[in-house]
Amino acid sequence: MFSLYVFILAVLVLMALFTIMTTSLLRAGLGLALTSAVLTVLMFILNTPLAAVFELSVCAGLIPVIFITVITLTKPLKKLEAEESAKEKFHRFRYLPLIVLFLFVLFVALNIKLNIALPNVEMEPDARQIIWNVRRMDLIGQVMVLLTGAFGILVLFREIRKR
Amino acid sequence: MAALFILLPLFLVMLLNLPLKKFMRPIVFWAILAVSCMQLIAVIFYFQEVSQQTLPILASVFNFPLAMDSLTRVMLVGIAMVTISSAMIANSLAGNVERRFNYLNILLIILGGMNGVVLVKDIFSLYVFLEITALSAFILIAFRRDRHSLEGAYKYIVFSSIATVLLLASIALLILFTGDTSFAALSTAIKGQGNQLVVFSIAIFIVGLMIKSGLMPFHGWLPDAYSTAPDSASLLLAGIVTKTVGVYPLIRIVYSVFGFSVPVNNILMFFGAASIVFGAFAALTQADLKRMLAYSSISQVGYIILSLGCGSLLGMAGAVFHIFNHAVFKSTLFANAAAIDSKVSSYDLENLGGLAQKMPVTGTVSALACLSVAGIPPLAGFWSKLIIILALWASNNYFYAVIAVLSSIVTLAYMLTLQRKVFFGKPDAKMQNVTEAKFSVLLPGIILACVMIAVSISFPFLLGTFIIPLKGI
Repeated sequence: MFSLYVFILAVLVLMALFTIMTTSLLRAGLGLALTSAVLTVLMFILNTPLAAVFELSVCAGLIPVIFITVITLTKPLKKLEAEESAKEKFHRFRYLPLIVLFLFVLFVALNIKLNIALPNVEMEPDARQIIWNVRRMDLIGQVMVLLTGAFGILVLFREIRKR
Repeated sequence: MAALFILLPLFLVMLLNLPLKKFMRPIVFWAILAVSCMQLIAVIFYFQEVSQQTLPILASVFNFPLAMDSLTRVMLVGIAMVTISSAMIANSLAGNVERRFNYLNILLIILGGMNGVVLVKDIFSLYVFLEITALSAFILIAFRRDRHSLEGAYKYIVFSSIATVLLLASIALLILFTGDTSFAALSTAIKGQGNQLVVFSIAIFIVGLMIKSGLMPFHGWLPDAYSTAPDSASLLLAGIVTKTVGVYPLIRIVYSVFGFSVPVNNILMFFGAASIVFGAFAALTQADLKRMLAYSSISQVGYIILSLGCGSLLGMAGAVFHIFNHAVFKSTLFANAAAIDSKVSSYDLENLGGLAQKMPVTGTVSALACLSVAGIPPLAGFWSKLIIILALWASNNYFYAVIAVLSSIVTLAYMLTLQRKVFFGKPDAKMQNVTEAKFSVLLPGIILACVMIAVSISFPFLLGTFIIPLKGI
């Protein structure tokens, strides 16, 4: 089971790296959807079906659809810009492997023995109980987040569209 | 009843955006003014009643446990005061009717968000309200939608997102270990935990809040965000938002959940002192009025964190008192920047000068605020810095006490530079036709200056009634 977790986590990291490293907005949108889909698998295995369903429907489904819709409204790069962009594609990430390697060597060299045993978690069986009764304050917060998002769109995009 | 501080702004936003906008647009300013003034009056004069009484209608649906102590009280007063100032300036200067309406609606949301941050007693709810405030602040910074403000907003959201990732990861780990999210339960569960993941989660939580506070070396977003935002938004950000989303949670979490310990105190004092020195010297070299004030904020936040790092109750009282004073004098200075911009359309210190003759009210208010920032007696800034230095001395942190005193001299230097370059000397030929700003733009600065003087004069009274009780937060 442990090797399965490691495998899924590795795929998750690879998907996330693909999402942020690709220069195509469309591929980045698809990468986000794939990353969320892999996360969904992990959530199902970890026995959190409700969170997995939310992740799949909202993060892997709805949000990438909105992103891709917006991306289709943008202008593609000109040929020269695309060539420049392709040239510098991996340039900005050149230190990333070195940083990872350095941290790994440091960790091994210092011989750090971590006490990171995880406790067993008791789960509340009824998610409705959590959402409506225990986390009611957060629901109000969610309403405020939605309102803020709506005003953000109004302020930052609506008038541009009018022009 | 305290839940009303969160619910009322939310209810008003919904009400104002019913399909009757034509009628609602003219009243949005008065609505925000009314709700902020009610908050101010309720917290100052009826705090006990608001803390203890419940409204039957609310109690059946919104029965959240809320933090209502001296720290919350100071923060709620600061939030209401700065929101009123920001609303007044926005109402006078923010573009056409529709844009003003949108701006004031976001101001209502951020008011509810900040009130939520200071009222909640649950670490996950704290995160939710931090995000509401950060998202609203992002929109306010980008409000002008020009290249610079979008860049400032982008930097803010990137740094804020990094902080969010750290906070969320920390909360997830803490929930895993403690199985609860309330401050009290977390505090009990964390005590005596030797697990390094718990230590790691505490560390990343503190780093996340340091990013939100704009402490050096996590300050990259702050000068750009403050200087490119509209004046009313800069006032709000510098006056209270950064303190509410960064400094306040740091005080609350360190005090109520993690507890003071030698490593935590040392980390706080180191970053606090580094921010004081860096912010002060960086402010000295700025050529832009708002950027100078932004770097000054980094330095002043450093004082607050340094005081918190003492790990003593006196240090905490000094930190909270300085948050309040900073809200007053920094908001005053940004209100003055708005007044100057409305008449001169420039923040360039090299192009300004001699404005005291043309804008005497702005000049006088600015002089008062500058002296208070520098900690000149008997102004309010002096008293809070005195408490901070006494707390450092009492906790045997002599080195940091000396840094705090010496940095005050640098603070005085850059504040006098600001005053000299903007207000002293003969006005340039271009400034001949400049007149004093509109009364509605001047009013927030005048009110805040009066608060500053009132706090300065009534310090002996405040010490017994307001500041000493802070020790028993």
